[in-house]
Amino acid sequence: MKGCGSVQVRDLWVDLEEFHLRQINLNVAAGEYFVILGPTGAGKTVLLETIAGLFQPCKGHMLLNGEDITDVPPERRSIGFVYQDYMLFPHLSVAGNIVFGLKLRRVGREVVEERVTEISQLLGIDHLMHRRPGTLSGGEQQRVALARALVVEPRLLLLDEPLSALDPGMREGLQRELARVHRELGTTTIHVTHDFEEAVALGDRIAVMNEGQVVQIGSSEEIFRKPGSEFVASFVGVRNVFRGEIRKREDGYEVLSFNGVEMAVVTNLVGQVHGSIRPEEIIISRNPLRSSARNSFHGRIVSVMDRGTVIYVTVCVPPDFTCMITRRSLEEMELQEGLEVYIAFKASAVHVF
Amino acid sequence: MRALFANRMRVSFVVLGSLLILFIAWPLLRTVTASSPAVLWQTLLDEEVRSSILLTFYASLIATGLAFFCGVPLAYLLARVDFPGKRLVEGIIDVPIVVPHSAVGIALLMTFGRRTLLGQAFGLFGLRFVSAAPGIVIAMLFVSLSFLVNAAREGFEAVDSRLERVARTLGASSWQAFLRVSFPLAWRSILSGMIMMWARGLSEFGAIVILAYYPMVAPVLLYERFESFGLHYARPVAALIILTCLATFMVLRMTAGRKGEQKRKEA
Repeated sequence: MKGCGSVQVRDLWVDLEEFHLRQINLNVAAGEYFVILGPTGAGKTVLLETIAGLFQPCKGHMLLNGEDITDVPPERRSIGFVYQDYMLFPHLSVAGNIVFGLKLRRVGREVVEERVTEISQLLGIDHLMHRRPGTLSGGEQQRVALARALVVEPRLLLLDEPLSALDPGMREGLQRELARVHRELGTTTIHVTHDFEEAVALGDRIAVMNEGQVVQIGSSEEIFRKPGSEFVASFVGVRNVFRGEIRKREDGYEVLSFNGVEMAVVTNLVGQVHGSIRPEEIIISRNPLRSSARNSFHGRIVSVMDRGTVIYVTVCVPPDFTCMITRRSLEEMELQEGLEVYIAFKASAVHVF
Repeated sequence: MRALFANRMRVSFVVLGSLLILFIAWPLLRTVTASSPAVLWQTLLDEEVRSSILLTFYASLIATGLAFFCGVPLAYLLARVDFPGKRLVEGIIDVPIVVPHSAVGIALLMTFGRRTLLGQAFGLFGLRFVSAAPGIVIAMLFVSLSFLVNAAREGFEAVDSRLERVARTLGASSWQAFLRVSFPLAWRSILSGMIMMWARGLSEFGAIVILAYYPMVAPVLLYERFESFGLHYARPVAALIILTCLATFMVLRMTAGRKGEQKRKEA
């Protein structure tokens, strides 16, 4: 399919009663999976709706493949939109929902059938075609909404919190599904979320939004390793995130290898993944520990960050691991920069996604 | 059923509520059963009675149609857009419910009467309101349009505006989004508003009697029979009018209701 457009947003200002967007600038490359991350009320949805042409900006321009679309009505932009709660047409069947856009385009019957079959097989919903949206599970509705948006081959796909209405078990599966669909179709995608791990797992790049402004744009690494502001640091939180490959070791356990370090993990995922470890899950000791924790590394303390009641200690193995300890532990163990220490964490403390 | 009599409070509420139901049903039943079927048949054969009932039905139908064409767009605007003076517009829509209908008749006579500007303008097209069927239509329209507009507005309010927005992103113009998404989804409310409006139009007397005594609609005919010949002769006419109105209203409500239920079951 040909849905591949680059997007430029230039100095965009939007003024609605409840939300205001201030001087938004974005450059999304053709075929990129771009994630907008921010807390509720940051104006993420309004930004998507403005890009789709549903709200008129009071200032600024939007370009799609270099063509200025600021004044083009939504129906002529060829931008697909999926809302958080899917917004399937309740009076139409699943098939009726999916062909909605094709019918408006007066596409020939054979083309309609071919495209509907193709997209419904891609999303695994070909057995649901005659059902009513109200009888579907959240995950199924999500797939139908995606199919409805994708079947008209949009130049850009906008996803507004597509996973947050799903229960956690389903979320992970659909997250992989989104990545797969994007790999296969290559549609330029802008995905809005408030979930950091979702952003890391899917996004080629991430823009962090707060109070109607884009406060930082970069790769997920850049965002959590070098947060550009106090807000980004506290919103993303201090965490250890690694991108690596899952391998099965000879002893039958899975390991996540990253920069030459092999961490024992518990997962049934394979291939390229992310792993994250919360700082409070890591134990620091002066001597090697014999414990049930499967992961134990030797390293050197490179920084001690005092955050009032808790202290963040960064240990370079390498890579860097940030651990959270109490002030009392710091004082009792006499930890300071340059000291050689051991860190340990359980295999189950590594969240693989 | 048992839940109705679950405790003493409910039992007393049932008794009190039943009084009201009885108050409606008893007089109607009394009127309908007072005349023998033979007399009712005789009345039905009365050319004047039949044509007045038909006139009432179709005048109210036309009024409902007119209200549909202007009222559905108005209802949509009221449901979707905030504009200055919106409260005033909503108030105006409700005014016909509170104004005495004889006063409405006077007001319409002063606006559409023969010597008035509008009356003469329409006269050029051969349209006369005073003592003519168009007068009956506008009297019915005036007193009953609130039902349709309010029901349609509630119907549109229940349709998430994001459904329209999704339709727009899929390539629908604002007209197409309205016709393919909002209107079908609000249709049930609109239809029930139309039925209510039509039924309200059938029963109109006050405004019509002032603007267009002739040709006689059913309520006016009944009034005339009562005034000229007394209760005995008015009785079968009243029974016939009540029966036809009830029957039509019930059939409409049931078909509209069943369609809705089917949709809900499918959904």
